[in-house]
Amino acid sequence: MILGRVTGSVVATAKHYKLEGCKLLLVQPIGPQGDARGVPMLAVDGVDAGEGDRVLVVQEGKCASMVSGRADSPLDAAIVAVVDAVELE
Amino acid sequence: MILGRVAGTVVATQKDERLEGFKLLIVQAVEPDGRLKDSFLVAVDTMGAGNGELVLVVSGSSARMVEGCSDRPVDAAIAGIVDDIDLLPSEGG
Amino acid sequence: MLLAKVVGTVVATVKDPGLLGQKLLVIQPLTPSGEPNGSRLVALDAVGVGVSERVFYVRGKEASFSFLPDHVPADAGIVGKVDSIDEGRS
Repeated sequence: MILGRVTGSVVATAKHYKLEGCKLLLVQPIGPQGDARGVPMLAVDGVDAGEGDRVLVVQEGKCASMVSGRADSPLDAAIVAVVDAVELE
Repeated sequence: MILGRVAGTVVATQKDERLEGFKLLIVQAVEPDGRLKDSFLVAVDTMGAGNGELVLVVSGSSARMVEGCSDRPVDAAIAGIVDDIDLLPSEGG
Repeated sequence: MLLAKVVGTVVATVKDPGLLGQKLLVIQPLTPSGEPNGSRLVALDAVGVGVSERVFYVRGKEASFSFLPDHVPADAGIVGKVDSIDEGRS
C-alpha cells in the first residue's frame, strides 16, 4: 500500500459497466511526512473517504475488485483505509 | 521481494473490514548494502517486526500468499525479518 | 487509474488474434490540471471514446479484465470518460 491524500473526485457517465456505482477519487501519493510524490491517480473508494483525508491505497487489481465488490473489475487501485496518524520512529 | 527498514506505524480506524487486526507498518526501501532509498510503502505485518528492523516485503498479488493475508485487500506484506545479508565485495559487501 | 487525453488512433492489420476488433488509441497521460504527464502510449478502448476526449485508464493486466471472457493481451485500457473533476478544497 501507499499513503495518499484525497484531492478530489471524478464524475464519469460513460464508463465500463463494472465501474457503475463506484466512487472514484483522485489521490495524490504522499510520503510519510505528507510530501507529494508523483502524479495524482484515480482509486475506487471502499471506506467512504472524503476530500482532504489521508488514505491508504492498494495498487493491485484483485484487491481493487475486492473493494468494489465485483470480481475481475478493470480497476488497479483502491482506498482501503483512512489514516488517523502516522507514527514515525 | 524488496528489502526495507521499518520506519513507523500507520493508525487507521476507518478501514476495510478485512484489514481489522492487522498491524500496518511504514517501510523504507533499502539497498542490499544498507543504503536507504527515498521510497516508502505501507505493508501489513504478521511477523511482529519492530521499528528499525530490516525486513523482507513481498508485494503485488503475491502479498496475499503470506499467511493470514489471503482474501484480503493487501498488496504488500512483510514476509520475513532479516538477520544478515552477505554480499560479494564487488556489490558493497 | 490515471487521467489521459486521447490524441490519436492506431491501425494495425497484422496483430494478435486477441486484438482483432479492438480499438487502439494513442493517449497522453495527464495531471488533474491537464498538464502532460510522461510519455504517450497505446491503450485499448473499453468504453467507446473518441479523439480529444479526456478519459481515465487502468494499467497492468487489469486492463484485460474489461474484455472478459475474451482473452485480450492488454496492459492499458480506457475504462471511463471524464465528465468533470471536482477538486473543491485542494
